[in-house]
Amino acid sequence: MSRSDYDVVIGLEIHAELNTNTKIFCGCPNKFGVDPNTNCCPVCVGMPGALPVPNKRAVELTIKAGLAVGSTINDMAVFERKNYFYPDLSKAYQISQLVKPICLGGGITLDSGKFIRLNRIHLEEDAGKLIHSFDETEIDYNRGGVPLIESVTEPDISSADEALEFLTKLRNRFVFSDVAKCRMEQGGMRCDVNLSVKRKDSNTLGTRTEMKNLNSFKAVARAIEYEANRQMDALDNGEVILQETRKWDDERGISFSLRTKTDSQDYRYFPDPDLLSIRIDRELVNKLQAELPLSQEARREKYEQTYGLPGADAEVLSNSKVVSDFFDDCVKLLPEYKEVANWVMTEILKLDVSEEVPVTPANLVSIIKMMLDKKITRQNAKELLAKVLETGEDAEVLAKKMDMLSSISDTDIETLIDKLIAENEKAVADYSKTPDKVTQFFIGQVMRATRGKADGSKVKAIIESKLG
Amino acid sequence: MDRKEMTSLGIIDTLDALKSKKFTCVELVEAYLENIKQFWDKNAVLEVFDDVLDHAREVDEKIAQGKLDGKLLGVPFIIKDNILYKGKRATCASKFLEKFVSPYNATVVEKLLNEGAVILGRANMDEFAMGGSTEKSAYGPCKNAHDDERVSGGSSGGSAVAVACNLCAAALGTDTGGSVRQPASFNGVVGMKPTYGRISRYGVVAFASSLDQVGPMTKNVKDNAYLLEILAGADIHDQTTRIEAVDDYTTKMDNVSIKGMKIGYCKELIDMFKQSKDAHTFDRAIEFFKNNGAEIVEVTIPHIELALPVYYILAPAEATSNLGRFDGVKYTTREGNSSDINKLYVESRTKGFGKEVKRRILLGNYVLSSGFFDAFYQKAQKVQRYLTYRFEDALSQCDVLLMPVAYGEAFKIGEKTSDPVTMYLEDMFTVPSNLVGIPSLSVPYEVGSNGLPIGLQILGRKLDESTMYGVAQFVEKNYKRID
Repeated sequence: MSRSDYDVVIGLEIHAELNTNTKIFCGCPNKFGVDPNTNCCPVCVGMPGALPVPNKRAVELTIKAGLAVGSTINDMAVFERKNYFYPDLSKAYQISQLVKPICLGGGITLDSGKFIRLNRIHLEEDAGKLIHSFDETEIDYNRGGVPLIESVTEPDISSADEALEFLTKLRNRFVFSDVAKCRMEQGGMRCDVNLSVKRKDSNTLGTRTEMKNLNSFKAVARAIEYEANRQMDALDNGEVILQETRKWDDERGISFSLRTKTDSQDYRYFPDPDLLSIRIDRELVNKLQAELPLSQEARREKYEQTYGLPGADAEVLSNSKVVSDFFDDCVKLLPEYKEVANWVMTEILKLDVSEEVPVTPANLVSIIKMMLDKKITRQNAKELLAKVLETGEDAEVLAKKMDMLSSISDTDIETLIDKLIAENEKAVADYSKTPDKVTQFFIGQVMRATRGKADGSKVKAIIESKLG
Repeated sequence: MDRKEMTSLGIIDTLDALKSKKFTCVELVEAYLENIKQFWDKNAVLEVFDDVLDHAREVDEKIAQGKLDGKLLGVPFIIKDNILYKGKRATCASKFLEKFVSPYNATVVEKLLNEGAVILGRANMDEFAMGGSTEKSAYGPCKNAHDDERVSGGSSGGSAVAVACNLCAAALGTDTGGSVRQPASFNGVVGMKPTYGRISRYGVVAFASSLDQVGPMTKNVKDNAYLLEILAGADIHDQTTRIEAVDDYTTKMDNVSIKGMKIGYCKELIDMFKQSKDAHTFDRAIEFFKNNGAEIVEVTIPHIELALPVYYILAPAEATSNLGRFDGVKYTTREGNSSDINKLYVESRTKGFGKEVKRRILLGNYVLSSGFFDAFYQKAQKVQRYLTYRFEDALSQCDVLLMPVAYGEAFKIGEKTSDPVTMYLEDMFTVPSNLVGIPSLSVPYEVGSNGLPIGLQILGRKLDESTMYGVAQFVEKNYKRID
């Protein structure tokens, strides 16, 4: 049979680490990239007698995540224990949610108009990390207890492209609502893929396999392609698809079986008796809804519709939350949308803005303002920005220090020009023959005398009116 | 004051004697150490800490300087081996945790130390608090304070014997299904399990989290109330602690009057107790209160007999999960240098846990496993909720409930070890108050046919420990045995 005789049915489970200062059940910092086992305490290493105390912020961020994708927020949620043995799981159970998660439903519409439903978003703790070397395995519990949200889709996705688009949109929703940073390269976002194939003329779903912990969008796409093809080939050859968990090897571009259903775990979930159920009142949900930053889509629309920016500008400015937030802050101070947009797109985007913009909105706006008020020239404005980036000093203070500020009035310029005309008889005489050259000569003289602070076009007009 | 007299004092009397300089803290601690040595064969104490005399000297310095703050200044304690004391071992009487040294203090230990208590050592217990005789300790059984042939009860048997034999002024136990009250009854001391959530569980090795409570074990009722005032209260480290202000138990209990008080007993339970050869002891308690002007109320608690099976579903389920962390990877003893992680788990846990612990882990896994969860765990929780309402109802008809603590006096060592179910039945009268979260205590009042102590169990309303203490104090002061 041909590939087009099959439908691919995909569901995703996406883990994202929440943007909290501390871990989910203790006061340890939620921080990536520190020495092993330094962000640890009795609670997050599962010492005997230690007890979890929930981080309110983690619950709030989970609610925000739900709001950002249109979920229903439950009035009551329950933490449960998912019991299994693994050395990175210090307590031999993970505190998670099963029967009563914080968020139910919701979803994301793809550009094609197709709606991908979410089943739920629940809050849970991350496990530690095993570090394998040649003959040893060490455990780093720094990541243990980092708050995670798990978003589970319905099996609505039918291709790698759809999966990628969904993941990108979901990530943007989370990033733009300040819920999570979703840095896949740091393990801040991970994805499991559930996939089955079925013949188009059949109504019954095929047996699904699960691929765990894919940590780049590219890996997700490749794993989907590989697995869909593998299953279709198997069916073509009359083989049976086993319900199993498979591991994707990104280097070799293949997946292999980790365990089959028969030796799958019974997690023996039950409500965690150490934790009270989470009561979520409507007031909190409304407050969080009101605080929710605009989504990427809403920002793009605002830039185009409200600010009147070209579509291309709106696209570029809303591409990253850091840049979009920066732009929003700038235009709040100076509602010259196109001018500010140009500055951000040409001058700011060439900087490293992956974490933050290295100049404050106030400083950039003050530079643009000085320029628009003709206190400094455009050329000087750019020089000034470079200096601000270099020193971090206040733009106005620097402009003064660098003697950029124009304090020359139109009459001053006229007096200066009169003086220059009187001093340069020969040039005046040449004006009828070579007017452009002479005008240029006088402009140069004025600029030298004012150290570039005079407005060139104005100087030109005065000279022409005097000599012409 | 001689050794015998010094070490017979309870908390409040010890404080007075130290402050009025009848003896020094060093003398007191040395006296207790001498007693511990004398009664070493009871096997009540697993370890005497090596720094106790240093602490005693510090106390004496403080007293000499007139720094008398500290509500337990210089009072020697022994704590159950499942309560974490920073820098000291805590083994839960298991070989598996033989080398575990606590990296932090339990909240209750922190409170004892803040008030100037001197913690002498660790008390023997049933392994991981699973048992009712302290025969399940990996370090051997603890013998009854009054009879070497008989059990101390458990699981806080070591703590009870330590108080009864004057090895300390007071002790801490833990009570999940009667583990403080039953050994208190068997050894003739006062043992109390507070309202669930009244005392922090932080730093107490969990057995069944929704039922576990730390309980004070003392030489008299007043001491017990005094100690509860110190130990009780909300704890930011334990979300299940109650936030209500701690009562002034020691004052309030003195205002309790038996005259006109409604004292209830549960008909169904007393019918069960009729099979005991010490059945008459309970009738005498009822008589006593009647004679002192109390109104006796017979209440019915339908399906109370389900408390025991419900307990033996919920407690092992939670225990299974709580004991998962003991896996041979971290602080527990590792067996088999296996490169196969599953083999390492199996070998370590097989060797590390005792038989009773394994039995309960299996039981817990069974009731939690998919396909059985609804039939066992969920149904048990429903019955638990039902019993909670029934007890609320019962305690709306009376001020306190009276119950036996156990079927009688301490049984013989080895008598019940062959049949776990017989052993579990011992818990019939104590598990209800854990399941429904109400306070209960055992106060000594009678002796059984073998001349061993028997305690009376008094159960109060949620957070009303004061009334319960008041009634217990009345028994302690006025009950006369008919020998």
